[in-house]
Amino acid sequence: MEELLEILGELHPDVDFENETQLVDDGILDSLDIVSLIGEIKRVFDVTVTAGDIIPDNFNTVQAMMALIERLEEEA
Amino acid sequence: MLFTSYLFLGFLALVLILYYVLPKKTQWPLLLCASYLFYFAAGAHFLLYLLSTTVTIWGAAVLIDKNHQAQKTYIKEHKEEMDREAQKTYRAAQKKIRFRYFLAALLINLLVLAVVKYANFFIDNFNGVLRAFGNAEGLSFVNIALPMGISFYTFQTIGYLVDVYRGNTAAEKSIFRFALFVSFFPQVVQGPINRFGEMAPSLYAQKRFDGRQVSFGLQRILWGYFKKLVIADRILVAVTAIFGDPANQGAYVFVGMIFYRLQLYADFSGGIDITIGIAEALGITLRENFNRPYFSKSLPEYWRRWHMSMNAWFRDYIFYPLSTSPALVSLTKKVRARFGPGAGKRVPLYISSFAAWAATGIWHGASWNFVVWGLTNWLILMLSEEFTPLYERFRRATHTEQSRAYDVFQIVRTFLLIGCVNLFDCHATLGATFRSFASMFTSANYHVLTDGSLLELGLTGLDYGILAVAWLIVLTVSLVQRKGSVREQIEPLPYAVKYVLFFGLFLIVLLMGAYGVGYDASQFIYNRF
Repeated sequence: MEELLEILGELHPDVDFENETQLVDDGILDSLDIVSLIGEIKRVFDVTVTAGDIIPDNFNTVQAMMALIERLEEEA
Repeated sequence: MLFTSYLFLGFLALVLILYYVLPKKTQWPLLLCASYLFYFAAGAHFLLYLLSTTVTIWGAAVLIDKNHQAQKTYIKEHKEEMDREAQKTYRAAQKKIRFRYFLAALLINLLVLAVVKYANFFIDNFNGVLRAFGNAEGLSFVNIALPMGISFYTFQTIGYLVDVYRGNTAAEKSIFRFALFVSFFPQVVQGPINRFGEMAPSLYAQKRFDGRQVSFGLQRILWGYFKKLVIADRILVAVTAIFGDPANQGAYVFVGMIFYRLQLYADFSGGIDITIGIAEALGITLRENFNRPYFSKSLPEYWRRWHMSMNAWFRDYIFYPLSTSPALVSLTKKVRARFGPGAGKRVPLYISSFAAWAATGIWHGASWNFVVWGLTNWLILMLSEEFTPLYERFRRATHTEQSRAYDVFQIVRTFLLIGCVNLFDCHATLGATFRSFASMFTSANYHVLTDGSLLELGLTGLDYGILAVAWLIVLTVSLVQRKGSVREQIEPLPYAVKYVLFFGLFLIVLLMGAYGVGYDASQFIYNRF
């Protein structure tokens, strides 16, 4: 979780990611951020987020992102 | 064996009859035989290319899949002895092995494609460099015929290889079943570029004869022939006359540009209608390739609606992996630290889409014209991305968000923009393309639009009349399509009405198809890619 928050903090230092629940739906993370984010997730967690996983529900909260990463780690 | 030949129609009728008459378990083997026969008819030696792709990709995918399964079993059996770190190390080691198989198959196939499609392009450029240094003697060109559909089946199979490597698709164990996926005769010539995971279930399933499905398939085939023979092959005469003579500038370029757009759509989407129609009649589902692209209001939207299977391929297998690659992630971080988050987040988009569009250009043909065509698209798409907030503000300020007139303006603007970009496709050299483009604004010969000069391009007044009516039909069908499948909307109509509609369309194709004196039912444009 810490590592993920660090990545997100680099993208938008001014956002309180732990308490936001509509990161994508509210436009805090746009498509360009998501691309950067997926690249960072790949580097740090060694998992590949596939195109099918790029849906708002997987990126609206930090918890959803962590759940996605854990699922991908299981499947690897 | 062209789709537009009588031989092909006879071949298709025979395949359809045998497909539903013979025992169901022979259905996919029959299609494999038919596909190889179809490919053999294009040139026996071409089969070697098809076979080499089939064997190398199939073999590599099976090895990758086996390794993946073995890895899963090993981790499951040793879960208690291996901590998280040990599992990670083991996975990384196995991934390296899989990557070797993947890379070997990828390089072999890209090398074959590079040699048959791009050897002369490289030689030409190499000789150009030699000449620049005063060396008159260069390498001689090689004489290799381009195997039918090689760009399409190579990309389709590479997509499959990547899917198996990523673990998204299980490898096909049977080489014969895989050979059908590579060679399936309706799509081997010009796509759509399909995904194994989507296509396999219907490709290998045993099907009962379904009258409605076969009828729908035949209707779509007929619609494809209408677009190809009545529109594309007729308008081709004028397009060839205009761009075949360098003296045709100004207004002629403008007319040629519009005619070429209409021809390309009728030709390519007509061919795809025939392909998907045949597959439908065989109970096989293929990807759609067009979604009424000329109603697009911007270039990004157009590229989501035109040649959709190719664009999805470049998005999924080039743009996406590249934009999330370690090198770009690291570059993004550096740019973000130096120039701020706004610049940083643009790095993956700009660089990956540049690579994807350069590749899309070169995929279309071995010439600088296609490379510049691809990069022009990239430039406009990036400008469009940057200016989107500005456009939105403008529309809010001018209260045109709901304006139908503004929508029409956007559609016409996009159509003309794509027409200009496609001039690269109409000329062999960049110089000729730019001269031609500039002449639309500098030549004062627009009187040719009304003084009868257009009747000297090989088309008579009757031809223009037929084209106008045919386009009206295409436009009407496109408008009806907004409410869903046209065939499903026609189905509940009284039998007599349906009979008149389909028999009428059949008669139009038969009587007004461009295969009379002076015409020749021609190859599909995308067959050359």
